[in-house]
Amino acid sequence: MHNVWTIAKKEYKSFFHTPIAYVIGVVVFLVLGIYFWLQLNYAIQYQSFIPEISSLLDLLLFPMFFISVPVLTMRTLADENRAGTLELIMTAPVRDWELIIGKWAGTYLFFLTIIASTWIYPLILNLLVDPGIDQTLLIANYLGLCLFSSALTAIGVFVSSLYKNQIAALLTSLGVIILLWIISSPAQFMTGFGADLLNYLSITNHYYETFRSGIIDVKDIIYYLSLTFLALFLATRAVEARRWK
Amino acid sequence: MINVTGLTKVYGTNKAIENLTFNAEKGEILGFLGPNGAGKTTTMRVLTGFLPPTSGKVTIGGFDIIEESIKARRLIGYLPETVPLYPDVRVAEYLKFMADLHHVSDVDKKVDLILAKVGMQERSNSFIHKLSKGMRQRVGLAQALIHDPQVLILDEPTIGLDPAQIKEVRDIIKEIGQNHTVLLSTHILSEAQQICDRVLIINKGHIVAEDSPEHLQNRLSGARRVTISSPGNAQEAVELLRLKLDYSHPVIIDENTLQFENHPDQDLRSDVIRLLVKNNIEFSEIFSESINLEEIFLQLTREESSTLPQVSNVTTLPVEKE
Repeated sequence: MHNVWTIAKKEYKSFFHTPIAYVIGVVVFLVLGIYFWLQLNYAIQYQSFIPEISSLLDLLLFPMFFISVPVLTMRTLADENRAGTLELIMTAPVRDWELIIGKWAGTYLFFLTIIASTWIYPLILNLLVDPGIDQTLLIANYLGLCLFSSALTAIGVFVSSLYKNQIAALLTSLGVIILLWIISSPAQFMTGFGADLLNYLSITNHYYETFRSGIIDVKDIIYYLSLTFLALFLATRAVEARRWK
Repeated sequence: MINVTGLTKVYGTNKAIENLTFNAEKGEILGFLGPNGAGKTTTMRVLTGFLPPTSGKVTIGGFDIIEESIKARRLIGYLPETVPLYPDVRVAEYLKFMADLHHVSDVDKKVDLILAKVGMQERSNSFIHKLSKGMRQRVGLAQALIHDPQVLILDEPTIGLDPAQIKEVRDIIKEIGQNHTVLLSTHILSEAQQICDRVLIINKGHIVAEDSPEHLQNRLSGARRVTISSPGNAQEAVELLRLKLDYSHPVIIDENTLQFENHPDQDLRSDVIRLLVKNNIEFSEIFSESINLEEIFLQLTREESSTLPQVSNVTTLPVEKE
């Protein structure tokens, strides 16, 4: 665990060595802030309109995380591989899985930081509306968002472990995420097992159909956790395979 | 400390190294000498556990690099040829990271100590991308030393440095070599001669020679080469020597110059001079020089690669006259 923490810490700090983290931070606050402000104004004009955090978080998930996860994960392993620093880590007394978990954890922590910082909007909204906002819905939304981004980050780390070139990693992980995002679309023309399977594989169904409306279902938690686990497992195997080339 | 038996590494169909067997003891600086592409880096990558061997066995301090990889890797400090560093990180921060990976206790103190050792205390707060090549090399070396490893593996540690920096790095290595096992690769002979206790010459994946630098130097049929300047008479002199002193193996260089090899245990110089004087062959200069490791190296590696075009040999170069 010591090594996981060492690598995660370094990874987390590394986001602040480049402007990318700040740019993402500023964009998130600007976009969410403006949208939030618009919602409040709308609510003042039209009494029937109720501002909601769920739609604010929709914006965070898509397009914010949809784009920034591939962008921030692309360098995790591909860049170490290109720069040769992977050779140093892999010859240090560090197990391959410790490296992968550390890389994922450091990146995930950065996304958790962004997610945590958006708490300011429900806090404000809670002060403005009477009798306050639906806490269960809020918790379900945030839990779902955390699980969703955990899986996205793990996919990004896995794809990055396959490449030396960051751009190739970016495009591939974007492709994989898009595929998982839209995979359930053909299901509407299908019936039976095929449709069930596609619906189950869809990374969006497990959020939008449950967490988004305040339902916390173990089945969805298991889906995101196993997707995370699977991606990290494959990433570990990819790094191991590098030794055998 | 380092035991290598029958080590072979094959990439696809290309045998990078074949059946290497050697070992290095504590307090020994072992030089790995060979031209580029000889298999030095591959060997080091296998030794550090980065690449698995196709066959053969490597143990570091008694631990198998594959079976007990983590235990073996704990003992190794490694500086790859490319000196991989994180450009966006400060020197001290980078060293702390590497120290943490090696579970070093009292990290801050250790980082200060190691920075002092490589003469980089003043740059501890600099970003790595702002450092010169020589400084990066020193940071790389510091990284390899941070956990006080019993075995130090350095791949071309002085490549790309200026002469002053080369001397500094060599001095650091020599100091470390007193109580650590050091394996370093180089394609510079004088470097191996200066730093190493023992040299392995490797070419095309094979060990072609293994000895102390001094012994290697004496290995060629004679330790010294004698050059005689005899303007216009070289041809005649060589013919005479071949007739009367056949075992001197005279070689004609040009119409003014001839050479022969002189064994330390069989000094031919006075015989040759006497013969030339007796036969009225005039000569203006005679001098002897040691045949250096450079030529032994060329000869050893050329034997291995007889299909390659012959590189211009030092012995065919015109002899400088004063």
